[in-house]
Amino acid sequence: MITVSQTLEAIQDSSAEEVVSQCIDRIEASKFNTFITVAKESALEVAGKMEGHTGPLVGVPIAIKDNISTKGIQTTCASRILGGYVPPYDAHVIERLKAAGAIIVGKVNMDEFAMGTSTETSHYGPTLNPWDTETVPGGSSGGSAATIAAGEVPLALGSDTGGSVRCPASFCGVVGLKPTYGVISRYGLISYANSLEQIGPIASNVADMTLLFNVIAGHDPRDSTSVPSEKDYTKALVDDVKGLTIGVPKEYFGEGIDQAVEKSVWDSVHRLEDLGASWQEVEMPHTKYALAAYYVIAMSEASSNLARFDGMRYGLRLEKDHDWHTTYSEIRAQGFGEEVKRRILLGTYALSAGYMDKYYLKALKVRTLIKQDFERALKSTDVLIAPTMPTPAFKLGEKISDPLTLYMADVNTVPVNLSGVPSVSLPCGFSDGLPIGLQIMGKHFDEKTIIRTAYTFEQNTNFHTKAPEVV
Amino acid sequence: MREESLKLRPYLDEVGVMIGLEIHVQLNKLNTKIFCGCPLDYHDDGPNTHTCPVCLGLPGSLPVINRKAVEYSIKVGLALNCSIEEHTQFYRKNYYYPDLPKGFQITQYDYPIASSGYINIEGEDGEVRVRINRAHMEEDPGRLVHEGGSIERSKYTLIDYNRSGVALLEIVTEPDIRSPKEARRFLDKLRNILGYLDVVDTTLEGSMRVDANISLSGGSRSEVKNISSHKGAERALLFEIVRQKNLLRRGGKVVQETRHFDEARGVTVSLRTKEEAHDYRYFPEADLVSLKVADWAPGIAKTLPELPDARRERFVSQYGVTDDHAKSLTSEKQVADFYEDVVIKCSNYYKPDESIDYYIELDIPSLVAVFIADKLKGELNYRDLNIDSFKVEDMIGLIKLIHENKITEQSGVEVIRTILDEGGTPDEVVAAKGLLKAGSDLVTAAVEEVISENPDAVEDYQNGKQEAVNFLMGQVMKKTKGRADAKEVRKMIIQRI
Repeated sequence: MITVSQTLEAIQDSSAEEVVSQCIDRIEASKFNTFITVAKESALEVAGKMEGHTGPLVGVPIAIKDNISTKGIQTTCASRILGGYVPPYDAHVIERLKAAGAIIVGKVNMDEFAMGTSTETSHYGPTLNPWDTETVPGGSSGGSAATIAAGEVPLALGSDTGGSVRCPASFCGVVGLKPTYGVISRYGLISYANSLEQIGPIASNVADMTLLFNVIAGHDPRDSTSVPSEKDYTKALVDDVKGLTIGVPKEYFGEGIDQAVEKSVWDSVHRLEDLGASWQEVEMPHTKYALAAYYVIAMSEASSNLARFDGMRYGLRLEKDHDWHTTYSEIRAQGFGEEVKRRILLGTYALSAGYMDKYYLKALKVRTLIKQDFERALKSTDVLIAPTMPTPAFKLGEKISDPLTLYMADVNTVPVNLSGVPSVSLPCGFSDGLPIGLQIMGKHFDEKTIIRTAYTFEQNTNFHTKAPEVV
Repeated sequence: MREESLKLRPYLDEVGVMIGLEIHVQLNKLNTKIFCGCPLDYHDDGPNTHTCPVCLGLPGSLPVINRKAVEYSIKVGLALNCSIEEHTQFYRKNYYYPDLPKGFQITQYDYPIASSGYINIEGEDGEVRVRINRAHMEEDPGRLVHEGGSIERSKYTLIDYNRSGVALLEIVTEPDIRSPKEARRFLDKLRNILGYLDVVDTTLEGSMRVDANISLSGGSRSEVKNISSHKGAERALLFEIVRQKNLLRRGGKVVQETRHFDEARGVTVSLRTKEEAHDYRYFPEADLVSLKVADWAPGIAKTLPELPDARRERFVSQYGVTDDHAKSLTSEKQVADFYEDVVIKCSNYYKPDESIDYYIELDIPSLVAVFIADKLKGELNYRDLNIDSFKVEDMIGLIKLIHENKITEQSGVEVIRTILDEGGTPDEVVAAKGLLKAGSDLVTAAVEEVISENPDAVEDYQNGKQEAVNFLMGQVMKKTKGRADAKEVRKMIIQRI
């Protein structure tokens, strides 16, 4: 894997253009199907004009999840329905990255419309896990995490609606953050479930992830849910957890948890204890309802968010037009994949007259209870620690035909999105050569404490120094 | 619920007409659209020139509420005697239509910005109160242009998103209206109030769009859409009453349905029945945070202008004009402003002089009221002009001429007509047309001549035939070319014979 400091050194020694060119060579030679679109020409052009540009990421290549709008670069959400759609505007985070000097080298693979846990629902084929190409990289930001793990680029952006940054970070052995809802502007992020999701930074280590986070966080008047944040998050990169109180929710070690995962996470808690932190078990009794509530809310919002894709103004167009009812139906029938259709249909059902109380409104009540669980648990503790995923990466094709089993894999990540708190996943062990992810959750807007905890853990362990052999 | 039904107005006739209105008011006096910064001055520009990722609903774009649109809505709510909610929240109304680029409309559902108000109108049976159920904010969809003009015949349809995202306030009444004429009066009154608030330019096409719900004797109601004028509302409702009456008379049943008003043919046609009704799946719009509007209301209340009803009462008490004149003068803000401007300037700049023989029947405010409400307004309507077409200074000049007895009321009307048609000032018109009142010698001479030329008429009068005076008066007016004061002439003739 490559770090930002290595990249900046290489730029000093040669040039941004040279570094970006090598990066694109690696991407084009990738065996993991990490990219949907490589923006070779524009990346090289911009890299050639970096003279005099200042900023923390001048010349540093970055991969962008394909649901974040990039002006002039095709943005598909890994869906056939958005094939050929080139946004006329940049997402807020893209504007920030450009200002910081980062070079967008292309758009990475994902589950279609971010609906999945394995990057297998992409219209452009699955991304493979660089640690073992027979396993999935996790999802939905599978391309983002895999391209980092494969050492193709030093930085990537993902998005996290129910674990979509943390799950692939866990499966690919990299670092990914789901910030507090509102810390990063969603302007330009193509919505799947807008009350739950945040854009999140992914990198090979905590410091790089934080550096990227620092660039993209902050208030944006174009997103009403965005909040001011003027803190310098890199100040939290301190190797010290003395006096920190860790909460360990036992509900996150439930049925189906892999023993190696359980052991690695407990070892990590004890390692932090050795470094001066203390820990206690906490109760989060409503965790068992989180998964159901999450899927009802996410699918309900998705059914509305995806209504705009009708082929009229952009994206897939059929050869022959009919009346608008027929044309809409045909475009949506042909343009959306199975999983997307499943979620639109279930979400539509959950919001329908006569069912709304039973599903959507009930799910909102559960959401409130989950929030209260977090508030209570974090009253007596500073952070919560749990496995990101109950297991290491599973095999390609193993769960894709059984949606319910696949949904169950999100059991430890979705409560975070329901409550809106920040959470980071970083490598904490291996099981049969596959990485295990440690999840550190914090209080609303207290990214600094989870970053400090993650940084301290990383500085005192060597899991992050391991990389898959990419031949 | 029971209390509500107790409050309901009784039917006015045996048919039992009950009407409720939903009025979409475009807040077109705002500078920008409701959720983005696109300007609203698109009426003279080509299609799709005032758009951005937000109002085009491009993937990834997000709405941001226009503060001013919220303030305008609160202003209207307060003017309609509504209470302003503690919190207001936006919802998504989900349905597919080509003019709706997101596949849902951002609107309000629970927690509309204003609710439970009323407007008083002149009903068929005196002043009545039409209750306002609610007023809620939403975005206007784009505009469909069917090539060839008709949805049935056109080969293709074009979409103009310039209108997409313009702020709308939907005002929903209770079913308190009892006749098509009352519906029209309600709409006129509403337009008048909106004009006073200066939040909407009602002269722009589509600035007030009406849906009407109508039922007979508590039967099923039909909803008539696509009504674009107040006259259209009256016609559509008249048509519906006849249609429903005939249906019931033939033993049929009125079904709950949505009907489309075909303005050109003056008929309503069925669009869809209750069974085909949409399930809009309303749910909260998470991209917009809830607004604590209760905190905004007191400040906005202070900025409310004097509204038509209050102004009308003030005109009566302050200027001593009749209630009818006050009503007519205040029915349009610009006219009321014009009136007050003239009255105030007359009393400021126009100092009566003792040596002048004044027109004493009416004081200045009443004289001005007569000339604006009874004369100028009619001439303007006839020419399809508005009050801006006549200068305050010219009205002051005209009033002065009449009040100083220099021209007759009839000549005054002529002055108004001439200024509107040909221009000029009152003094110029009077001079050019020789309208100055004939001197008393001239009038006396004319009276003498007429009496000696028409002995029969004089005799008729002396035999008790009062109408004979009118004939003699007419002759005098003819001789003086209308420049004599009719009342005075009458007095003189009667004295003389």
